[in-house]
Amino acid sequence: MLKILKYSFYDLMRSRWSYVYFIFYLLLGVVLLFLNNNLSKAVITLMNVIIVLVPLIGTIFGVMYYYNSKEFTELLLAQPLKRSSIFLGQYLGVALSLSMSLILGLGIPFVFYGLFKSNDIWDFSLLLITGTFLTFIFTALAFNIALSNENKIKGFGYAILLWLFLAVIYDGLFLMSLILFEDYPLDKLSLFGTMLNPIDLSRTLILLKLDISALLGYTGAVFKKFFGTNFGLIVSIIMLSVWVVLPVLRIVYKSNRKDF
Amino acid sequence: MKKIIVSLVVVFCASILNVKAETIEVCATCNITSIKEAIVIAKDFDTIVVKKGTYKEYNIIIDKPLTLIGENYPVIDGENKGEIITIHSDNVTVDGFHIINVGTSYIEDYAAIRVVKSKNFIIQNLKLENLFFGIYLEKAKEGKILNNTILGDAIQEYNSGNGIQLWYSKNIDIENNYVQGVRDGIYLEFSDFCNIINNVSTGNIRYGLHFMFSNNDIYQDNTFEKNGAGVAVMFSKKIKMYNNIFKKNWGSASYGLLLKEINDAEIIGNTFEENTIGINIEGTNRINYKNNDFIRNGWAMKVRGACYTNTFFENNFLYNSFDLSYNSKLNDNIFDNNYWSNYTGYDLDKNGIGDVPYRPVKLFSYIVNRTPETIILLRSLFIDIIDFSEKVSPVFTPDNLLDNNPSIKKIEW
Amino acid sequence: MVTVENLHKKFNKNVVLSGIDLNINEGGIFAVLGPNGSGKTTLIKTILGMVIPNKGAITVLGKNIKHNSEYRSKIDYLPQIANFPSNLKVKELIKMIKDLRGNTNEDVRLIKLFNLEPFLNKKLGNLSGGTKQKVNIVLTFMFDSPLIILDEPTTGLDPISLIRLKELIQTEKAKGKTLIITSHIMSFVEEVSDEIVFILEGEIYFKGTINELKTKTNQPDFEHAIASILIDNHA
Repeated sequence: MLKILKYSFYDLMRSRWSYVYFIFYLLLGVVLLFLNNNLSKAVITLMNVIIVLVPLIGTIFGVMYYYNSKEFTELLLAQPLKRSSIFLGQYLGVALSLSMSLILGLGIPFVFYGLFKSNDIWDFSLLLITGTFLTFIFTALAFNIALSNENKIKGFGYAILLWLFLAVIYDGLFLMSLILFEDYPLDKLSLFGTMLNPIDLSRTLILLKLDISALLGYTGAVFKKFFGTNFGLIVSIIMLSVWVVLPVLRIVYKSNRKDF
Repeated sequence: MKKIIVSLVVVFCASILNVKAETIEVCATCNITSIKEAIVIAKDFDTIVVKKGTYKEYNIIIDKPLTLIGENYPVIDGENKGEIITIHSDNVTVDGFHIINVGTSYIEDYAAIRVVKSKNFIIQNLKLENLFFGIYLEKAKEGKILNNTILGDAIQEYNSGNGIQLWYSKNIDIENNYVQGVRDGIYLEFSDFCNIINNVSTGNIRYGLHFMFSNNDIYQDNTFEKNGAGVAVMFSKKIKMYNNIFKKNWGSASYGLLLKEINDAEIIGNTFEENTIGINIEGTNRINYKNNDFIRNGWAMKVRGACYTNTFFENNFLYNSFDLSYNSKLNDNIFDNNYWSNYTGYDLDKNGIGDVPYRPVKLFSYIVNRTPETIILLRSLFIDIIDFSEKVSPVFTPDNLLDNNPSIKKIEW
Repeated sequence: MVTVENLHKKFNKNVVLSGIDLNINEGGIFAVLGPNGSGKTTLIKTILGMVIPNKGAITVLGKNIKHNSEYRSKIDYLPQIANFPSNLKVKELIKMIKDLRGNTNEDVRLIKLFNLEPFLNKKLGNLSGGTKQKVNIVLTFMFDSPLIILDEPTTGLDPISLIRLKELIQTEKAKGKTLIITSHIMSFVEEVSDEIVFILEGEIYFKGTINELKTKTNQPDFEHAIASILIDNHA
């Protein structure tokens, strides 16, 4: 698996898109920090970008890589290699190279800005951790979609739909159901609803840092426990890990049963 | 320095009244071993010096003008039996004691030190611990409460007292005190013309500072941190609030500053940082807000209704989850020339003022008011989209609520 | 060498292989023929473990291939369309396959044989189809495995390379190896193969030598023999 990972990673690291992605984050970081010169605002803007863009890029890139390397995969399949090693290797290659672009692209300007001396290093690290989680989750979801759809166009369609659903539509439905059932105690439901969407989950994780003052304004006991203690942070991280593990397991399951 | 002031006061008092003051010493091995005994034998304007040691006494009544000085913080232990010192005379100074174990009662408000219908007193350099009420002024006038430390361990409102309480008192200076862990740090009821300066009030279960029916008071340069709510000003007029810091007052009913039925106040140069609600206002009229910083609060301001002709000029609203929340569609308050970090407009004519007005009330704040659990969707892309549509054509929020001259740069003063 | 028992495979509702029994003995060249969509490639892919059968068992070199990947180290496979990662250079691809399968020095000789030296530092994405196929051949033949499977090996090759390929095939055969080949070029099949198997609609229609096929169909030459099978079955 490590060998496949190595080759997928190098392959992607040399691709034009990795550079574009890296340079995008680099520019974003530089513009936010050096032109705006305001760390708090930079962290907030970055949060918006990471929560929307990282899943989108993760899905598109994952699906694209899978379809583009189909023949290569077939070549590998004829080699004495386990199927799970091939797909996990490729998956990790994509996820790692995307995470690298993100972490280096944003990290370099922040390091030059003198982040290590600032108090915002935790907020910033949390952003990068969340971004990395989202990359791993959505690349895994993309591989799942691609493994289940031979048709490239269908695969891309589903990938975009998945993103659109989790990034926007889900929250709309979520909001509507909360308003619809506002006469009932909703704090458990709302936390549960958050757990089911990795984008919401990451957003919550960041809210814990950025908007803790507002979150503590709500009276529900479950809410209070979740946001007032480290409980929320721990649960969110565990759930994000579950969100990585489940799609990855499905990659293994699906790839062992698929015909090429 | 403090000693010099004390002695100057003593000399001053003695000289104007032209009485020869004597000094009485109290210690375990002295002729006089209790403070009560010393007070009985003391004449007016005498000084009683209490040496280091522990004095198990309560109900100490000072009924003549005296100066009580503790050397190296002698301990007065009330053994939870009741009130410890009660002052019934003008011109009393109490300085440098460590007073502990005030009795708790549901019938009487026992205090560590109480001043009743007296004036020209100085209460300073005291350290109060394990108390019910700390310093209690009852119809007192022209006194000073300076440099005291009050450390309570209150857990519930109903069985705890206030750190410094003023009731029908006037012209009192409260300076450089530190109050922690009581019900209200400092509480003023029917007390006018008081100055509350440079105190720290923190970790109190109800309010850091609380005004009820008190007028013409000033509080400035104080810090209120992690209280149930920082400061509550209720049913009072002409209160001046300058350069205070309100910080980390977190909780479902937590405010940096709570204003209720307040008229003609000035709120200038204060910092509201990381409170659940920076300022909560209800029934307030003609208040000027100027040069305040609202930083990373849940809500910088919550406007609950019946608030008219308040003005908000040149304040900084920085990275609050919500800048402003209104519970009605009416608005009679003026927002002008503030800096809003959430402002996304532009300044093409480069005059430092955004060319597009800023609309501080978002649709989402209206939704959260209605269904609080929806707060979990804060900063979601979907919420941004509906906020944007509300910004373009307001339906749920007051459409005349605009800052027509939003500053492009953070306002400095 | 390779045994296939009662092999069934359908894709969704489309039956591709229905009950194939096949025994390929060690040594010699074995051609798998059949019209388009008859299941040739599927058969080869099931042997390689790329397609998972619905029913039936396959043994390669005496081992059942189910849940097994190690047996593939005994197989050299030339896929039909070789589309390699376009960012890799030819040299790097060869190095990588060696890294995955174990070292060999045969590649140097093969690269020379197919005149690939000028392309070694080019990216695979920039190569023509024929050159890619040559790289593909190098990758297949540089290992010394007892079983070689070639899926349409002649695609895109120029005449000289074709001759070289045929020579290679004969050398490997001379070493006593088993080769399984699919091809549409009948003259190529006739020239190289010892035995053929003809698959029609997912079943084995014929298995034997070319001469036996000619006798069975009463046709003078191989191409016509094949054509007659197809005409008979579709008429």
